[in-house]
Amino acid sequence: MKTYNHDKHIKFSFLLLSVLTLMTPGCRPKIDPVEHGNHKQILHIGNGTEPQDLDPHIVTGVPEHNIISALLEGLVAEDPKTLQPIPGVAEDWEVSPDGTVYTFDLRKNAQWSNGDPVTAHDFVFSYKRILAPALGSEYAYMLYVIKNAKDFHKGTITDFLQVGIKAMAHDILEITLENATPYFLSLLNHYSWFPVHPPTILKHGRIDERGTKWTRSENFVGNGPFVLDTWKINDMIIVKKNETYWDADNVRLNAIHFHPIEDERTEERAFRSGQLHITGSVPLSKIEVYKEKKPDLIKISTFLGTYFYRINVHRPPLNDVKVRRALAMAIDREGIVKNVTKGGQQPAYAFTPPDTAGYTTRTRIPSDIHQAKKLLAEAGYPNGMGFPKIELLYNTSEGHRTLAQAIQQMWKKDLNINVKLLNQEWKVYLDTVKQQNYNIARAGWIGDYVDPNTFLDMFVTDGGNNDTGWSNPEYDQRIREVAKISNFPQRMEHFQQAETILLDQTPIIPIYFYTRVYLIQPNVKGWYENLLDHHPYKYVYLSKK
Amino acid sequence: MTTFILKRIFFETLPTLLIIATLTFFMVRLAPGGPFSQEKSVTPEILENLKAHYGLNAPLHKQYFDYMKNLLRGDLGPSFKYPNRTVNELIANAFPVSFELGLYALLFALLVGNAAGLIAALCPNTKSDYIPMSLAMLGICIPSFVLGPLLVLIFSLWLGWFSVSGWDFPSDRILPAITLGATYAAYIARLTRSGMLEILNQDFIRTARAKGLPEYKIILKHGFKGGVIPVVSFLGPAVAGLISGSFVVETIFQIPGLGRFFVNAAFNRDYTMVLGTVLFFAILIILFNLVVDIILVWLNPKLRFRE
Repeated sequence: MKTYNHDKHIKFSFLLLSVLTLMTPGCRPKIDPVEHGNHKQILHIGNGTEPQDLDPHIVTGVPEHNIISALLEGLVAEDPKTLQPIPGVAEDWEVSPDGTVYTFDLRKNAQWSNGDPVTAHDFVFSYKRILAPALGSEYAYMLYVIKNAKDFHKGTITDFLQVGIKAMAHDILEITLENATPYFLSLLNHYSWFPVHPPTILKHGRIDERGTKWTRSENFVGNGPFVLDTWKINDMIIVKKNETYWDADNVRLNAIHFHPIEDERTEERAFRSGQLHITGSVPLSKIEVYKEKKPDLIKISTFLGTYFYRINVHRPPLNDVKVRRALAMAIDREGIVKNVTKGGQQPAYAFTPPDTAGYTTRTRIPSDIHQAKKLLAEAGYPNGMGFPKIELLYNTSEGHRTLAQAIQQMWKKDLNINVKLLNQEWKVYLDTVKQQNYNIARAGWIGDYVDPNTFLDMFVTDGGNNDTGWSNPEYDQRIREVAKISNFPQRMEHFQQAETILLDQTPIIPIYFYTRVYLIQPNVKGWYENLLDHHPYKYVYLSKK
Repeated sequence: MTTFILKRIFFETLPTLLIIATLTFFMVRLAPGGPFSQEKSVTPEILENLKAHYGLNAPLHKQYFDYMKNLLRGDLGPSFKYPNRTVNELIANAFPVSFELGLYALLFALLVGNAAGLIAALCPNTKSDYIPMSLAMLGICIPSFVLGPLLVLIFSLWLGWFSVSGWDFPSDRILPAITLGATYAAYIARLTRSGMLEILNQDFIRTARAKGLPEYKIILKHGFKGGVIPVVSFLGPAVAGLISGSFVVETIFQIPGLGRFFVNAAFNRDYTMVLGTVLFFAILIILFNLVVDIILVWLNPKLRFRE
């Protein structure tokens, strides 16, 4: 029956396969994007996820920041190395002796990308917009330092003239603060303080209308060193040099391509094959490889953030401060950063990262097993006897799980207590933490600005992100008072006292200070490491070699 | 035939869609957390403002009827995660990409799967049966998150033939299409083999042989048409799955398709986006099942007589 030649069929299908696979390798460009970019001053950045939007008064994330900081410029800009406020749209400013009134002189040659001048009225409009309740801006509280801003945003004041923002002239802006706020100028570098172009906003909707089309690439008008050119969802955002920018002569990049690559393995492969100059992250398994084989390509820089565990202080036995301290002391933080997280993190013996605007905490939670055992015994659980089983909650992720397992083992080995690990999907976890329906829960906090306040005001009684149920009147008082002190040593002393209370009471267990680990091609110049991981693009350029 | 189609649409499709929309609407609301919960929590006032903007502070039944009203007009609402986009726009933007990728994957799956299945069926229990069938088994077993990076490693990083990721050049379609199509190719190979084996033992094939028809005609014209029926039934839901995007393949290759929205919308509690993608997928499945039923009637004369 088999008269046909089945070898022929096999040959045919092989041919088919080869044709399919070989058909088009020729279509691939001969030169990779990085090399092309080096010649044309086009920077390719791996930017994590697709931005929610590019409206500075709506968004909340880091990928959004990375793009918006290219498109818009605030009153002040920041020094690329030190993050110190330097002139931006404002050429100069004066501060009243009591530190509550700031008068900004706007530069005459600051322009929007459509040629309109950037005026003090634009800033008034912008701050009115972000504070408008109906806009639903999630970062509006950043402006609460301005006099009456909070009341306007909460709707108790409806007259915006009572809010401490005034255009004294076309190019003079006066901002009156609630209290002297020493870190006020560095706040201005947060995108919630960036201006928007009033005619463009009003062309596409009301001043307080959310989600209008003004941020589309065909509509966007900005005042930053770059203009929005292309926005392909989940694919790429291209910004090009803005020729109307007041300092355009000093901008050396011609364009930046932001690639929203969510998967860090995909991103690493793209970097390896010359598609990216800079990545957003590095897969854990690749960190050691790069450190060993290509140390010039990997950067590990400290970052203004703390990884910690929250403790629900209402749940026995965790309502006993001795138990909380025992748990905190029994963690070998050196071991964790060396063997578990491996990304160059610093062990955290306090909550505020060291050298935050000149502040380093005096107090430490020591890693001291002997002391931990003693405290646990004093609390009524000698060698862990009779200690109820507690749960440690984290949001589902490989990294959090490994860390939780390591800590679970430390507590078992040294304190002889049993902890059950519980993981929940991100939003479920957020819900559980918010409702204080946990014993111990993993958390992370990234500072919004470089000042201890961004960390320490979190744990005031009923603070929006406290979530531990902890409350201490003395702590509250220190934080309340600090807002009114402008004398530097006195301020720092208040923070020291507050953090000492926090660490002694231990409603949280600091574990490590975050680092940012990323890959960067050696051709990228003018890119400096700093605490907030901000890299003003006007200083960045690409060398050909 | 027209009454058959109309009946299907009015008595099956529309009620099914209504049930799916209702169930999804309430299920997604039951999930803990909401579209606005995040690590840095928003103040109660801001949360109220946001809810007011999206109409989330109305009673749930009112929200449901409002949603249904808009749905009738084809309006899937604004996305919660991407405030300046509508769900319609996001789907319209991503679907063509997924559709294109799906078509290439389907083409690959059909060519490779049918060829392998045919070869195997022609010489059952020989080397040319075992080899393609073992490969097919492998294709079913290897998940795409292994196959994808493996192909990238070999063809992009070592040989340098393709980009490792992206969707910019025609050649960017090849590796994702193979990764996505591999599993389907394997299924099709096995289905083709069993379908062909059954047909080739039928009387009418023996008759054709006795009449002295050339072998290729017997196999391709008489055999294949019947042997491919199981494949066609499989293709209905398979095509809907292929062209609506795959989370894994799109993530590995950084493709701006629809697949990632399915998963991320649920993670983000982007209520309208979850509903939009679920409904869209449901419509695709129903549509392709309908098409398959029509093709089956055409392929199989027995079904036509029943009509």
